[in-house]
Order: sequence, then structure tokens, then C-alpha cells
Amino acid sequence: MKTLKKTEPGIRLVQGNEACAEGAIAAGCRFFAGYPITPSSEIPERLSIHLPQVDGVFIQMEDEIASMGAIIGASLAGAKSMTATSGPGFSLMQENLGYACIAEVPCVVVNVMRGGPSTGLPTYPAQGDVMQARWGTHGDHPIIALCPSSVLECFTLTIKAFNYSEKYRTPVILLMDEVVGHMREKVVFPEPGQYEIVDRVKPSVPPEWYLPYEDTSFGVSPMGIFGEGYRYHVTGLTHDIRGFPTLRQEEIESFLLRLFRKISTHLDDIQIVESYQVDDADLVLIAYGCVARSAHRAMVEARAEGLKVGLMRLATLWPFPRRFVEPLTKAKKTLLVPEMNMGQISREVKRVNQGMTTVLTLNKIDGTIIYPKEILAKIREEMKK
Amino acid sequence: MIEDRPLIYKYLRHDKKFPHVWCPGCGIGILLGSLIRAIDRLEYTKDEIVLVSGIGCTGRLPVYVDFNTLHTTHGRALTFATGVKLAKPDLKVIVIMGDGDATAIGGNHFIHAARRNLDLTAIILNNSIYGMTGGQYSPTTPYGQKATTAVYGTVEPSFNIAQLAGCAGAIFAARGTVYHVRLLDTLIEKALQKNGFGVVEVISQCHTHFGRLNKLGNQVEMMKWQRDHAIPVEKAKKMTPEEMADKFEIGILVDREAPSYLEEYNKVRQRAKEALSLQSAKGSKEESESREVSDKQ
Repeated sequence: MKTLKKTEPGIRLVQGNEACAEGAIAAGCRFFAGYPITPSSEIPERLSIHLPQVDGVFIQMEDEIASMGAIIGASLAGAKSMTATSGPGFSLMQENLGYACIAEVPCVVVNVMRGGPSTGLPTYPAQGDVMQARWGTHGDHPIIALCPSSVLECFTLTIKAFNYSEKYRTPVILLMDEVVGHMREKVVFPEPGQYEIVDRVKPSVPPEWYLPYEDTSFGVSPMGIFGEGYRYHVTGLTHDIRGFPTLRQEEIESFLLRLFRKISTHLDDIQIVESYQVDDADLVLIAYGCVARSAHRAMVEARAEGLKVGLMRLATLWPFPRRFVEPLTKAKKTLLVPEMNMGQISREVKRVNQGMTTVLTLNKIDGTIIYPKEILAKIREEMKK
Repeated sequence: MIEDRPLIYKYLRHDKKFPHVWCPGCGIGILLGSLIRAIDRLEYTKDEIVLVSGIGCTGRLPVYVDFNTLHTTHGRALTFATGVKLAKPDLKVIVIMGDGDATAIGGNHFIHAARRNLDLTAIILNNSIYGMTGGQYSPTTPYGQKATTAVYGTVEPSFNIAQLAGCAGAIFAARGTVYHVRLLDTLIEKALQKNGFGVVEVISQCHTHFGRLNKLGNQVEMMKWQRDHAIPVEKAKKMTPEEMADKFEIGILVDREAPSYLEEYNKVRQRAKEALSLQSAKGSKEESESREVSDKQ
């Protein structure tokens, strides 16, 4: 029987998708709209139990387009909101994901990646949606995408995703993969006081002075909530600082530049990267998601063989952590990027590299995970030649 | 309606640059007037009204009025409205859509919103054509009529919006025209008072495209057409199908009561909390029993 109890700190054996749902509740999520899709369905199932217990709302919409619309509406009315899906559903969400970007509506979109394109491999893992997360919706826009590697991280990064969305008034994508989503691990859940919870900044000026899209020193304007006295216009059209549609060049450019600036000036806060034994390494693995686990094991085994291998694990994929990768290229360390696609992050690494060092790739798209031995074989091949 | 001017003025956004986007003679402004009068009569405050719209000429309506206004993506207005209403049930959420917006790209959302019976009022302005994009045929363009994408006449049968709403589960479905403006005021007022999903279809003219392409004359002649072809529901019941062939009904087509989604969802919350307290009571009982056992040992 499913446990009906609310999230509690302590040690438990849970699944990645369940931990994500619990992270959402812990972060203060009180609205979920979604549509069933493998391998993400445990997230809505879990939240359909928890949300009504805490006076939140769970609703199963008619499709993913509607789910995305509903979470934006709920966020504008003041609720922290989320949806969860997988590849085909993520494709449908792209339309309103762009709306959340331009109208600066905080929300969290979980994509538990499965094999694609199209219906693809519903029950098999892949990491093929990395570029879709970045560029899936039309038009030039910044985005934040996080990628957990463990069940605990499904919990903590979900909280982070909510925090970033509230702080920067932007949609945040949590790119999980099927392995992390369905894996069960022992998790030591932190006490509520042990993690930070960020809530959106609301306007404090009198309503008649309120400019909903005004530039601030932080780059993010305080957000008026429907029904709280700050009546303003929300639109997907390019708008001026009052929220009204504009076609004036100077207003268009300053608005779009601010959208980029609010993310690009806070990379210190947004980019989460973990480095293992990188300093003395001759070869550094750059990995994310479930592949980072295999990469870690490969690193440990390579070290046992006397090979100087390090690992840089990316928890933030977008904005791409360039400032962490660039020093590795300058230090002339060989880089190996194993990933379950044909080279979506290695492409970014190569873009950063600019010919300073060698960037190797290890790609797998057969619906199975990349095993440590496969990475180790590639390391040996490179370092023992 | 000179006497309405101070009233309309009270609700307009004066810091928004006018003029508006609509062609002179368009019916959308008449609908906006009706909506404002209905809201004013029901004494809603500006803060509790959320006006949600999609894309198209009709989608531009909310920007001119001083409520919480939300101009969403094409066809998706009802989905955004669903989120707003569920997150803050105290708000009065009104959704304004065009015919293509509501029944083509947003058709799925429309029938599901009706089925769910969430407390929303959907007002659909039906001008039989896509106006903003230049006069392409919509799901409500009558069979045989011309459009810029149907220069030989459309061969698709059209949707009856109010009937569709009723069949999909709307507890209130009505049809009015921008000619019968007093009736329209009443219909919108009634729809706003319903505790559930209410729909008002508003027949309007697009003389710029539909009228021009089909040689129906200017806005005045198109409004005369509305006057001559609209039959009150009660009268229509007494007429034969032949007599009704080129006519349409106006008035209230569906008016019934059913528990709204919010009422139903509150039951879910109640059950969830009961299940939780039951389980934690059971858990603590088991815990104390096992403690007793260990004490005895």
C-alpha cells in the first residue's frame, strides 16, 4: 500500500520520482497540473496524494499543453506550481514554456528523459532532451535546467528549481532521466530547516506606482499577484515596463536584454558543479545525470590503476557552466564526455574548448545506460596508448 | 448608449495608449460594453475580476480594461484560467475567446473545461472567421461561405458553439448577438452568477473580412442580418425546422445545476486529510503496542 504520510525527515528507501514529488512539497509547491506519461507518472501519483493533504491542488489536465497553461495561471494567482512529463509531453509544453519565459512566470517543469525521437523508448533511459530544454521553445530566451544524479538530488534539486524560479521569475526545467527517476536508494532526508526556501518578491509600492516589468538592480521586478490589489496586464506579446504590448525598438531590446541579464549576472548562484580529483588529473570526465554515477565509478577504478582521472559533474546544464569547464581546457587536461545521446553536452564543451585541448566523446543511444567499464575502457584506450 | 459613458470610463485603462486595434464597426467593443455593465451591476470589485483571453482580435479585449488581465497563447486561455481559479477560488475568472480560438486550436480545452464544470465564465465571440490573420475560414464559417483560404467556398460543416458547450457538460449555455445588446447584458450577467462552467456565445460581425468576402455589406447591414435571423429560444420551439433553416436561436439554451469542480475538489481534500489522520493514528497505535511488547520482554 502506498504511504499517505507527508514528507518527513529521516532515512528512507525511496525512488527518484517520489523524492522529486517530496521535494516539491518541501519547496512549497501547492499546485500541480499534469498528464500521465511514462516514466514520470510516479510524480503526479505521489502529488495527488500529498497536495490535497496540505490544501494544495492536484489536477490531471487533458494534455501537456493544458498542464503547462494551468501551472502558469496558478503561479500568477500566487501558488508555487509544477508539472512533470517526459519527451513527447515536453514537446507539447514548449509553447507555453516560452510564455512563462516572456511573461516571467515562476514555475517548474520536470522532464524525466526517455529514448526518442517521438514516442521512442517509453521505458528506456536517454539524455536526448538536453538541447530541447535549452532551445525547445521558439525565440531567443535564457533558461535554467538542472540535472540530478541521485535520488537525494531529485529531492534537493527540485527545491533548488523552485528557488531559482521564484528568485529569477523564470521557468526552471528539471531534467531527470529514466534511471534516476526509477532508481531506489537510501536517502537521508534533511530537516526542513536545513535547506533554503526562496519565495518570490512581491511589490511593496502603492498599486498606482507599480510597474510590473520595471528593471531593477537585481534584474528581476517584484511580482504582483492576481487579487492582491496590483492589477496589471500579463501577455505573451513583447511588452513595455507596464506590461502593455509594444512595437518600439528601444523598448523591445531593453526588455529582451534584461531577460538574458537577469540570468547571466547570477551564474555564481545558478551554476552547480561538483569536481572530484580534478586538480592533478590528466583526463577529466564531464558527466551529468545517471551517467555521472558510472563516470564516478570509472574514475575510482582508473585511479586504482594509477591513471590520473578526475570528474566534473554538472548539476546545472543551462546556463552551461562555461566558467568551470574553461579552466580545464586552459590547463590542457584531456576531456571525456560520456552521455546518452549523440553529443549534446560535448558540443558545448567543444564550443568552450576552442582547440586548447582534446575533447573526447562516448555516446550511447541503444536504450541502455553507459556502464563504468565502458567509460574505463575508453579511458584506458586514451591514456595507455 | 450615451448614459453608459461614465460607467465605461470608470473601467478603462487610461494609461494604455488608445486607439484600440479593432476596425470601426467591429462588434467586440459592443461585447466589452456588455461585459462591463454586467460586472458593474453585479458589484464585483476590480481586484477580484481576472479577465483571461487567447489570441486574435477578441484576445486583445482585456488589455483595455482595469482588471487583472491575462492575454495567453492561442486557444489556451481556458487552461490558464483553470490554474488561476483553482489556485485562488475567490477570484471571478472570465475567459474571452474568439470562435477559432475556442473551438479550433482550443477545442479540446473547451470541451474538457465544460466537462470539469469549474467555476469559469467563457464568452465566445463568434464572427465566423479568423479576423486578425486576414480572413481565413474557421470552424464556425457556415458551409459554402468564402474566406481567404476558401475562395471556392468552405466545404466543412460548422460548429454550433452553444450546443457544443451544453453537450460537453456546461451548466449554462446561451447565445446572443451584438445587435441584441440588452439581451447580451442579461445573458452575461446570468452566466457570471452561475456556480460552474457557463458559456455565452456572441454572434458578431466581421465586415472587414467575412462581410467583404461574402458580399454581406457593411457593419450596419450585417447587424440587420443579425436582427432578422435571430429567433428567441421560446419562439424557435414553435417553429418548424424548415422555418428555422437559415435562422439561429438566441437566449438561454441550457441552464441547470450541478456541483462545481471546486465543491468536488474540496471533498478530495477532506478525504485526503481523513486518510492521513487515520493512518497516523494507526501508526502511533502500532508503535505503542510494539513498545508494550518490548517492555514485557
